[in-house]
Amino acid sequence: MKFFRPCLSSLAALFVFVAASASALAAGEVNLYSARQEVLIRPLLDRFSAETGVKVNLVSAKADALLQRLKSEGRNSPADVLLTVDAGNLHAAKAAGVLQPISSQVLEEIIPAFLRDPDGHWFSLSLRARTIMYVKDKVSPDELSSYEALADEKWRGRICIRSSEHVYNQSLLASMIATLGEQATEEWARKFVDNFARKPQGGDRDQIKAAAAGMCDIAIANTYYLAQMMTSQKSYEKEAAAKLAVFWPNQADRGTHVNVSGVGITAAAPHRENALRLLEFLLGEEAQHWYADANQEYPVRKGVSLSAVLQSFGEFRADELNLARLGENNAAAVRLLDRVGWR
Amino acid sequence: MTVSLLAAPQSSSQRVDLWRGGVVLTALLLALPVIVIFSFIFVPAGEVWLHLQQTVLGEYVSNSLWLMLGVGIGVLAIGIPAAWMVSLCEFPGRQFFSWALLLPLAMPAYIIAYTYTGMLDFAGPVQSLLRSSFGWEYGDYWFPELRSLPGAISMLSLVLYPYVYLLSRAAFLEQSICVLEVSRTLGTGPWRGFFRVALPLARPAIITGLSLALMETLADYGTAQYFGLTTFTTGIFRTWFGLGDPAAAAQLSAVLLGFVFVLIMLERWSRRRARFHHTSTRYSHLPRYDLRGWRRTGAIVGCSIPLLFGFLLPALQLAYWAWETTGEWLRADFFVLLANSLWVAAITAVLAVALALFMAYGRRLRPARSVRFAVRLAGLGYAIPGTVIAIGVILPFAWLDNSFDTFMRRQFDISTGLILSGTLAALIFAYCVRFLAVSLNTVEAGLGKIKPSMDDAARSLGLSPLRVLREVHMPIMRGSLLTALLLVFVDTLKELPATLILRPFNFNTLAVRAFELASDEQLASSASAALAIVLAGIVPVILLSRTIGRSRPGMKTAVNKCRPAKLAE
Repeated sequence: MKFFRPCLSSLAALFVFVAASASALAAGEVNLYSARQEVLIRPLLDRFSAETGVKVNLVSAKADALLQRLKSEGRNSPADVLLTVDAGNLHAAKAAGVLQPISSQVLEEIIPAFLRDPDGHWFSLSLRARTIMYVKDKVSPDELSSYEALADEKWRGRICIRSSEHVYNQSLLASMIATLGEQATEEWARKFVDNFARKPQGGDRDQIKAAAAGMCDIAIANTYYLAQMMTSQKSYEKEAAAKLAVFWPNQADRGTHVNVSGVGITAAAPHRENALRLLEFLLGEEAQHWYADANQEYPVRKGVSLSAVLQSFGEFRADELNLARLGENNAAAVRLLDRVGWR
Repeated sequence: MTVSLLAAPQSSSQRVDLWRGGVVLTALLLALPVIVIFSFIFVPAGEVWLHLQQTVLGEYVSNSLWLMLGVGIGVLAIGIPAAWMVSLCEFPGRQFFSWALLLPLAMPAYIIAYTYTGMLDFAGPVQSLLRSSFGWEYGDYWFPELRSLPGAISMLSLVLYPYVYLLSRAAFLEQSICVLEVSRTLGTGPWRGFFRVALPLARPAIITGLSLALMETLADYGTAQYFGLTTFTTGIFRTWFGLGDPAAAAQLSAVLLGFVFVLIMLERWSRRRARFHHTSTRYSHLPRYDLRGWRRTGAIVGCSIPLLFGFLLPALQLAYWAWETTGEWLRADFFVLLANSLWVAAITAVLAVALALFMAYGRRLRPARSVRFAVRLAGLGYAIPGTVIAIGVILPFAWLDNSFDTFMRRQFDISTGLILSGTLAALIFAYCVRFLAVSLNTVEAGLGKIKPSMDDAARSLGLSPLRVLREVHMPIMRGSLLTALLLVFVDTLKELPATLILRPFNFNTLAVRAFELASDEQLASSASAALAIVLAGIVPVILLSRTIGRSRPGMKTAVNKCRPAKLAE
């Protein structure tokens, strides 16, 4: 024991020193876990630092992985803010107890109610719509009406969509489960899968390209992929995108399925004040414009101008189902997808 | 020659056995993430299993098995003949091929999948050209579907064959020429000599290379996911994050490990008591078969094909994309990324090889069951997808940090926060866990070829075990050590999932940048970072390949002729 005690105390002293120096460094900082990749967010964060003098430290990774890291780190987590895409992920973070409720009048005034967590655990930053894109030469918009109508036999072998591995499709199905019920959604999905032009594969852009090249007549993809291709510097991407047009489904009833990217402040946030400042900054007019523009997404803040391409897509009615429901129904959606053979 | 001093001193003293204890402890520490994942077996997963079994499980298993079978055949069919040709035949370009054939090693599997899809996809340039030049439409013609099981097999085989090539080449080079010459004097021709003598002797090395390739295949997520192929690994992710059931996902991982364990055991069993050390230490200049006529052309073509498809074509495509997007990639932080990638990979390589050497030698000194088992367990990390390993690292580290923090708060009212979690140390630890199998297998293959009587002789001359390792073994197995260093270095350079999740704030690598852009379907923008990974991998590949080529014992002393005496002990 005689030998052990000095050892232990010097070890403790070392740890205290390390911890102290770490927290000294931490003044005037905010730590961000981001599921949005660095290239797309860094310029905005630099802007925030320039304006406020608060340094932003960043780790970007996949949403699931960041959530697992937050969970394990628990109350000692250095992260202040979690930024992620897809409501399913935001909901999972809330359910895991890693976010704290925030009541901020600023945020509540800017963001419509269905685009934020009812308890203030997370707030949306931008919207994307998962919509129907059709090949202009082959399909007339009169033939289209809703997601449900795509189960019709006349679309046999004409639809391209990515695999159900991706959360975008899981969320689409989750939204249908929430409004139509599980049984009706399953019946629909069975017929819908029969209409695929090929085994689901690739990403959203690949569906658009396949449609443009003549493999299928309809592609289901998120709006920003088409918009990014339209503004691409590469002529072949532009040409492919020009062959397709956007159709807004379900305008007569619930509206087109939308999803979001969003933020929340972590339960353990060591720099809560700075975190809140960052959130409010991200919802400011200028940041909203830049953030939405850089990704070709729809800003959540009203009155912020859309990018030129998005304006050309026209206005649409979005499904105002509270996005928290997407997360709640995600596991049910995955099981349903497994059952109907949508790989 | 059955009495070996190796196993002798065990019962002679009662004091703590440092080798045995040290190796077991180190191995268990490195096996910690694997053990954490395994421990989920005891968490009840409810009826998720029933759901999986009724719907997708059969597909996961069959796809994974077919994939392994296909990649296994692919890497053997490319790797062994190539290694044989460059080490024992003479043809124009042999020297070039001997290192160039390693280049696909630097190509991450998901990157090659992306580039080939970009080229061969329905909407890609090749098919578009076909359509426009022949006036075809969709459905008018047949074109192989790249995003399929055979497609995935070809992609993985093209980048994984270097494991087999590298290890079997080292084995062919290290083989004592005497065995081959004896076989020649007994009337075996080159073909029979290959099949009857060289191949069986190189078996441990070939199996090592094969098992590395297969473990990497099992752990692959990027390619399978991009091709829409449902394998065990994609299933683990779907179960974990889609169904929200970590316990069931960890149980799937445990089943995956079961696969690997059975494979390893089968191989051990089939080898039974055979040992593969060289009985003669005489080496002489290797007279290569001088190839003429169609054989010469065949060798050149045979060596060109894997190089062309595994490296040149995809690298050209990447270079074209990078050129298309110049300006986007020459950001100021590009060199920071490069530097980060290089030094982390270098530290990991040295550490992983040092650990492997320690454990392999410890196992040689103390072949007790506990030691063997612990070492085996530590080497399983390679077959587990990086994300799962990362979570296996996060859980115990965070637990340790948080427990210490709680203890300090209670005792001294001080919060220590997280000490290990989110540091580079945790990341490098994860790399070591993941890539230990690479260094361990390579080092063991090298060590296995040194006959135990060398140890005995050195020990009887008064050398301590450590000095035997340093002064006898390490110089002999220099080639294997370098191979191990190279493999771990390049693997770390390419590593993605664990880096993404475990890295500290503001720490980026080339792989992270390449993946972030590629995952957002901006293939062209990701090309420069991907190309940089490949280029950064090439330099050490070339350097080490040359060193390995020179490391063949007796290469310089060509006059040391074989004598037929005392070939067998």
